[in-house]
Amino acid sequence: MQRINTTCPYCGVGCSLTLGVADGRIVSADPGPAPSVNGPALCSKGRYGFDFVTHADRLKTPLIRSRGRLVPASWDDALALVADSLGTLAAAHGPQCVGGLSSARCTIEENYLFQKLFRAGLGSNNVDHCARL
Amino acid sequence: MAGLATSLGSGSMTNSIAEIAAMGPGDCMVVIGSNTTECHPIIGLAMLEAKRRGAALVVIDPREIDLARRADVWLRLTPGTDVTLLSALARTIVDEGLADTAFIDGRTEGFAAFCQSLAAFAPEAAAGVCGVAADDIRRAARIIGRAANAAFYYTMGVTQHVTGTDNVLAVSNLALVTGNLGRPRTGVNPLRGQNNVQGSCDMGALPNVLTGYRSVADDAVRRTFEAAWGVALPALPGLTIPKMLDGAHHGTVRGLFVFGENPMRSDPDIAHVERCLKAAEFLAVQDIFLTETAALADVVLPGASFAEKDGTFASTERRVQRVRRAIAPVGGSRPDWVILADLLARLGRPERYESAEAVFDEMRRLTPTYAGMTYARLEHGGLQWPCPDENHPGTPILHVGRFARGLGKFVPLAARCRAEPPDADYPLTLSTGRVVAHYHTGTMTRRCFGLAGVAPEELAEVHPDAAARYGVTDGEQMTVRTRRGQVTVRAAVTRRVPPGMVFMTFHFTESPANALTTAEADPVAGTPSLKACAAAIGNVQCSEETR
Repeated sequence: MQRINTTCPYCGVGCSLTLGVADGRIVSADPGPAPSVNGPALCSKGRYGFDFVTHADRLKTPLIRSRGRLVPASWDDALALVADSLGTLAAAHGPQCVGGLSSARCTIEENYLFQKLFRAGLGSNNVDHCARL
Repeated sequence: MAGLATSLGSGSMTNSIAEIAAMGPGDCMVVIGSNTTECHPIIGLAMLEAKRRGAALVVIDPREIDLARRADVWLRLTPGTDVTLLSALARTIVDEGLADTAFIDGRTEGFAAFCQSLAAFAPEAAAGVCGVAADDIRRAARIIGRAANAAFYYTMGVTQHVTGTDNVLAVSNLALVTGNLGRPRTGVNPLRGQNNVQGSCDMGALPNVLTGYRSVADDAVRRTFEAAWGVALPALPGLTIPKMLDGAHHGTVRGLFVFGENPMRSDPDIAHVERCLKAAEFLAVQDIFLTETAALADVVLPGASFAEKDGTFASTERRVQRVRRAIAPVGGSRPDWVILADLLARLGRPERYESAEAVFDEMRRLTPTYAGMTYARLEHGGLQWPCPDENHPGTPILHVGRFARGLGKFVPLAARCRAEPPDADYPLTLSTGRVVAHYHTGTMTRRCFGLAGVAPEELAEVHPDAAARYGVTDGEQMTVRTRRGQVTVRAAVTRRVPPGMVFMTFHFTESPANALTTAEADPVAGTPSLKACAAAIGNVQCSEETR
């Protein structure tokens, strides 16, 4: 079994986690190595909250709406559609007509890129996230 | 955040979590609108241990949460009366000579005007407004005022009101008047509810600031980023989420990109959210599940969970820590940073990133508070910002010796009315929150065997008096109605809530609390009043007959 040190994905405390991985699946979560804010403790979510990662409901391909239904699509088609749609709207109606809701679950790097996508890529400051919830 | 930025110059938790483990006799924890043992369990545990060692505990909360049962003084305030109660505590501290005059003289401004504003907040007058005993206000004030160190902790119970910014300022005033800032075991400590909400704010995933809370309207700031990114940047602040949604409804916002967020369950008044999202010409959603929001999208991009990618999260104590890939992305999903980098390239941008670390390094070069952090330095336990250079050890405590804005600012406050007070049609107050087993809209935790089984469905808390009056039975289905909508939900009849309150979580899609909540928000911060709106409850059979 591999053991990977990481940070808990739930609340803002920032507990250190060690994930046990066997056959490409997470099989355990334990408190991570010192120094950590949680020491030898984890809450129920930290300890038992990893099944979702490989749950059967995970989205496995991009989806594009076609005749009212979301159907599987290639990455190339889906990414092109997002970039073209947002880019075209911003060009036609001004950058203030597009907006992005960023994610407090995702990483610092991803939040940096998301706001850069809107500011540098589309010219819009319409970027926010769910800090108020 | 807006409140503390005004009074202290920084909107983040001032102190560190580890300090709670050093608290004992002579120290005091003041917990306001935070169900810490459920929502931040590891901090809640540390508080209970500090209490056992002899630290005092003052709890301000309408619900009889675990911490309330163990408190030296529990102030069960009427929802929405925080400013009055906190100001009455400050007034008592001043009146009884417990204010820290050396601190006030040396490190603050605006004390005289603040003192005048306290005239309206005598304990007896406040007691009537807040529904607590004047003697309990005095007892709590003496504990706080006499403590060698007092640390203030709060969460959404303070911020999710139409007076949220004033509530935060009232906490800050109390910390300033008692001199409890800038040293260990003190501070104004907002506890963040999500793993990287601190990092999202730090990164400028906000309409008015770039990374490190630097204003988009500041020419010098914009020039720095324009030089690095090679593009002109907009100076006008953008729209907050509620304004973007309204904009979609009115046709001024045409394209929306929702990334790792489920506003169809997490945001107030979801019937309104749905109208807005459906009105957008184009909606892209990037997520790991087909959420209620993704189901409305024109394009859905499958991102990866925390276990399938590298990166960093910033915790509530400003600590930046590594996230490491444990398994390969599931199915054809991709790490979110890879997807976003690809979209940047498709929009004609020149940058290409080989790794999450390359993104981090670009960011830290543009962000003075993060400049000294490298993945190598984050290897063992992370670093707390500000960390301005690679030899800097990080900053466990803010405002030592000097506030980020110079002097700490007292802000005089007046009591204002809460959102939607109860009336004849909607005689109760609905408040929303969380339980320990679940997280937000439940998309992750309800797919975990060991968590779903602990709390498989909503148990809406109702006081026995209200249950008797409205024909609601413990363990049976009841209806909860507001001006936005109605849900059917199982009732838990309990004295944990005060007589006039119904409490629900927002974890359960089949009984979505946010179908009921109001989008009415604090005018400064934009935080919605999720802790108080008017509601009515009823027996399911009766409700069906009358419909």
